[in-house]
Amino acid sequence: MNFKLSRFIVVLLIAVMSGCSSTGDKQDGSASIEDRGTSADGAITSGAAGSSSFGSYSLDDPNSPLAQRVIYFEYDSAEITMEGQDLLVHHAGYLVANPGVHVTLEGNTDERGSREYNIALGDRRALSVQRILELNGVAPEQVTVVSYGEEKPAAEGHSDAAWGLNRRVELLY
Amino acid sequence: MNKLYRVVFLMLLLASGMARAALTIEITQGLEGALPIAVVPFGWSGATAAAPENIAAIITADLNRSGRFESLPDRDLIAHPTEAAQVQFQNWRMVKVDDLVIGKVIENADGNFTVQFELFDVLRGTQLTGSSFPTSRADLRRVAHHISDVIYERLTGQKGAFNTQIAYVTTSGSGQNKSYTLLVADSDGYNPQTILTSDQPLMSPSWSPDARQVAYVSFEKKAAEIYIQEVATGSRRKLASFAGINGAPAWSPNGRQLALTLSRDGNPEIYIMDVASGALRRLTNTAAIDTEPAWTPDGRSIIFTSDRGGSPQLYRVPVQGGKAERLTFEGKYNAGADISPDGRKIAMVQGNGGDYRIAVLDLDSRLLRVLTDGPLDESPSFSPNGSMIIYATREGNREVLSAVSVDGRFRQRLSLQAGNVREPVWSPFGK
Repeated sequence: MNFKLSRFIVVLLIAVMSGCSSTGDKQDGSASIEDRGTSADGAITSGAAGSSSFGSYSLDDPNSPLAQRVIYFEYDSAEITMEGQDLLVHHAGYLVANPGVHVTLEGNTDERGSREYNIALGDRRALSVQRILELNGVAPEQVTVVSYGEEKPAAEGHSDAAWGLNRRVELLY
Repeated sequence: MNKLYRVVFLMLLLASGMARAALTIEITQGLEGALPIAVVPFGWSGATAAAPENIAAIITADLNRSGRFESLPDRDLIAHPTEAAQVQFQNWRMVKVDDLVIGKVIENADGNFTVQFELFDVLRGTQLTGSSFPTSRADLRRVAHHISDVIYERLTGQKGAFNTQIAYVTTSGSGQNKSYTLLVADSDGYNPQTILTSDQPLMSPSWSPDARQVAYVSFEKKAAEIYIQEVATGSRRKLASFAGINGAPAWSPNGRQLALTLSRDGNPEIYIMDVASGALRRLTNTAAIDTEPAWTPDGRSIIFTSDRGGSPQLYRVPVQGGKAERLTFEGKYNAGADISPDGRKIAMVQGNGGDYRIAVLDLDSRLLRVLTDGPLDESPSFSPNGSMIIYATREGNREVLSAVSVDGRFRQRLSLQAGNVREPVWSPFGK
């Protein structure tokens, strides 16, 4: 009975997931509206007004770029990759469109080396993210920065893979 | 049902609390040429069958743990003298010990105790020292450590550090259910006392020079703050909660100032705070990371970590401010300095080819010596007599502590039965 039930759930999940992917095009299309709002300088206000209701919707949408809220870094580096910059442009667009929304940037490092140096490194990473958000029009009052250094790993374990997942800034809305 | 879960959860919490109670110390690499010594079980006169503490066992463990002594195992003791008249030196020469410790514990009518001990030179057949200590039951272990200190100093010429403490951080659980505890224990791992528990990270404990207070960083408010707390009473005061980093507190040798790292002016810089008034003075000023200040024992300089040269290295700057001098040149990563009590050595974390080890720089010769094997060693802290360095390391997936003699020849491991332990800081001698 239980087995049957779990099978049913799996089937249901697959149906839901394929449903999602079939509407994926539409979602991507909506996301690009937000791009237009942020990239066209003069149109920011109208773009913001137009996307504000959309924005609050898309924060909870798993297919929106806003669902991705982690920026990853190289060893002992606070440099943001092109991929990370693209992602942050989306977040900046959302924050500009929703000036009442606040985001906390949590900077983190892998476990290697000295703990307080890692606090400083996590802080530098979070500040890099903050700078990009602000360069894209986000008001400083909307952003708080905190560094946890190596104290809050996303992945336990002591491998390159775990370290890669832990060198990160998390955007917490 | 819900209630039952809660009870079970509480019981688990309690169980984990008990499991992390005591650090177990295990000697992992012995020292050749350790002085052979015999410590005879102390005599006992009192109302109960045995003394409340085994003083001889505490002294034996202390001396062995120092790496400088090798105690004769109990089974090889050829006699059990408790006073000088009973000692026959020729017998002790036969079992090849250089020195002999005997003593007694006497329970007094008022419920307090007197501990007597004598130390003999077996080869010469003479008494080297002896004392008698009146004490309470609660302080019996401390008296035993004090006797170890007296023996150690008489035979090695160096002050003993047995009557000191270690502060450290433990963690248990994982993910959202992680808990962090700051503890203080005797240097032999006994008598662990929790001074703070939090569901958010605790880090960077630092002892005041009188060993009565500990400064630390707590994220309990979801942001870094620095507190100072009296160990005996638990009363604490928030010292720094500026925007950004509040980290790396380090007490000045006179106890009146704290060096710390703040990023309130944009990026991590070192500041000197007057503990009484809270007044701040900025010491460093670069666009790079400047953090992890450590005071030289003369109180005149701060040694710190900076990546102003492109990678983290150690620098020294006068406390009054001025030009910073780079101290480390070997390796791409040198951070987290701790300075020996005589000011002549700096222990640090050295990263090299993916391995992080504890290294010691001799400031006179400028020679750097790597003491540990890595791969993830950190948080070195000198014992107050400068003979040992305690540090954090990994064993499989567990965080444990290790201690190594400054010459690298003697090692021990300090671990918990369950859970992780990190950031050990050895207390000063205190006052």
